[in-house]
Amino acid sequence: MSLPAPSPGGRFGDFGGQFVPETLVPACQELDRAFRVAWADPEFRGELDGLLADYAGRPSPLTECHRLSEELGVRILAKREDLNHTGSHKINNVLGQALLARRMGKSRLVAETGAGQHGVATATAAALLGMECVVYMGEVDIERQALNVFRMQLLGAEVRSAQSGSRTLKDAINEAMRDWVASVETTHYCLGSVMGPHPYPWMVRELHTVIGIEARAQCDEVLGGPPDVVTACVGGGSNAIGIFSGFVDTDAELVGVEPAGGAAVGRGVPGVVHGSASYLLQDEWGQVTEAHSVSAGLDYPGVGPEHAHLADLGRARYENVEDAEVIEAFTLMSRTEGIIPALEPAHALAWVARDRALLAGRTVLFNLSGRGDKDVAQMMEVLG
Amino acid sequence: MSVGALEQTLRHQRSAGRKLLVPYVTGGLGDDWLDTVRALADAGADAIEVGIPFSDPVMDGPVIQAASEAALAKGATPHSITDALRRADVGVPVVVMTYYNIAFHAGLDRFAHTLQSSQVAAAILPDLPLEEAGPWTAAADRHDVETVLLAAPTAPDERLPLICERARGFVYAVGLLGVTGERTELARSSLVIAERCKAVTDKPVLVGVGVSDAAQAVEVCSVADGVVIGSAVVRRMLDGEGPAGVAAFVASVRAALDAG
Ligand SMILES: Cc1ncc(COP(=O)(O)O)c(C=O)c1O
Repeated sequence: MSLPAPSPGGRFGDFGGQFVPETLVPACQELDRAFRVAWADPEFRGELDGLLADYAGRPSPLTECHRLSEELGVRILAKREDLNHTGSHKINNVLGQALLARRMGKSRLVAETGAGQHGVATATAAALLGMECVVYMGEVDIERQALNVFRMQLLGAEVRSAQSGSRTLKDAINEAMRDWVASVETTHYCLGSVMGPHPYPWMVRELHTVIGIEARAQCDEVLGGPPDVVTACVGGGSNAIGIFSGFVDTDAELVGVEPAGGAAVGRGVPGVVHGSASYLLQDEWGQVTEAHSVSAGLDYPGVGPEHAHLADLGRARYENVEDAEVIEAFTLMSRTEGIIPALEPAHALAWVARDRALLAGRTVLFNLSGRGDKDVAQMMEVLG
Repeated sequence: MSVGALEQTLRHQRSAGRKLLVPYVTGGLGDDWLDTVRALADAGADAIEVGIPFSDPVMDGPVIQAASEAALAKGATPHSITDALRRADVGVPVVVMTYYNIAFHAGLDRFAHTLQSSQVAAAILPDLPLEEAGPWTAAADRHDVETVLLAAPTAPDERLPLICERARGFVYAVGLLGVTGERTELARSSLVIAERCKAVTDKPVLVGVGVSDAAQAVEVCSVADGVVIGSAVVRRMLDGEGPAGVAAFVASVRAALDAG
């Protein structure tokens, strides 16, 4: 058994839904129908699995982190999503959505991006399938993730700067939605996490269950069963839900890790933005507040609705870590394992490092959602 | 359900042969936004739409985004705006336009009550489509606040009657595929959506989004009952034209509509 489907209207308990401008309702309904059919169609699944294997390089390995484990006194296994083509888990979702978009007769993809990983993945899929691609990115993120901006351009995508509000991921989503409102007849909005209006939180989760399915089998092989703890960073929550989905039916503790400056589950209250109801950082009037994180990919004041639901159920819990702890984890992993992690998954590791006394003697499966090349320039400034 | 104050006013004007004009003003934009609201009523608006600014206005283009940011930066809150409206005595029905989280965060019943006690006749929540609107419309109905619903060009034929049936006050026909903002020409889709709505409802049908000047207003009113004009008004506010300057623009649209 894995995670159940949401209600027909896209509810996970009290969360989720389809709060979009009227213009987009028919498109969301059409996407829901198209995904249901495609996901049950062996031909579609076969084509996607083929791309995941031959193009993206799946399955991703599971690496036993010996020196890191020794240093922390906790046995750590890393699910190597950093080794996928384009360097993160984002490609799983994007290949699925791009194939679906083509099947629906759409010739153009729009996407939002924070760290640039989802933008790079979308630009990659667009290049692969010969589609037009526009990626919206906050002005602040364009500056701190210059490498990924150039990668997207090399891949033939147009990167447009989102200059309103906090000029980060939240505002890039606003711009992508505005684009979609105007272009919905030809364009698919390739949303990058388990958030937004139904069917996105469910569809994006399904496209990432491959992480959990592989990891479960790999843990069975290496450990003879599930680990004690499964942990992942949570921005919107796609890499986390992907790996959690493989272990919800086990006794493993599921721990999502948010940045302290963007802890929607930890510090938010229920709200509605970007298409769904979930926990949301907001002021006393319901204005969405700006998140602050060293990691552009987690710099978001909301969280996917299913995480809000899992938190309410008590099936997963959500910790948060400070930027300084993240930077320490980033260097620790680089030094002990020869793996430079992205700043996003370094959050999950930072939590393990902080709670290592509580975790002593236990086995932790950690979703290494992406590689850190994109963060090296930023870290040169912070550490240099 | 009884017909509310906004719909009554609009039906009454329509049956007198008048085309309906509803300008939009961002609440809290500048110190004189309320003077602008009153001046627009005097200039011949049949109702005024007042925006309660939201941090993430996904249905709005650059002009209303900039106005929302400016108003928020000056400290505008839902409370400061409804409180001003409570004491304003505008003279024509006021329609509040904001995003759903503002109502959701306040509590739906409490927000509807606040609108009612602030002399607000109706509300438009552009990110709350029909399927999600139930809890809000129930609260709004309890407090005699009319919920205006949007009808978009993308709606299939079977969907439009459902929207028109549930809409109160008027049906807001979205003139084009896109967000608010001025356009140099009237989109053909404005005429099409107005006609499609008119074919399934006798509620007032007003076209908004992309109606930018007097000529465009006249053109779309060959089919529609009226227009909502937003960005063209707010841009003039941002440009510092002041209540009198903005009112002169609205009066010119009024005159053009009356001349047919
Ligand atoms: C490597 C990596 N991990 C995680 C995330 C956060 O997304 P999510 O919470 O959806 O997994 C990002 C987003 O940019 C990322 O690049």
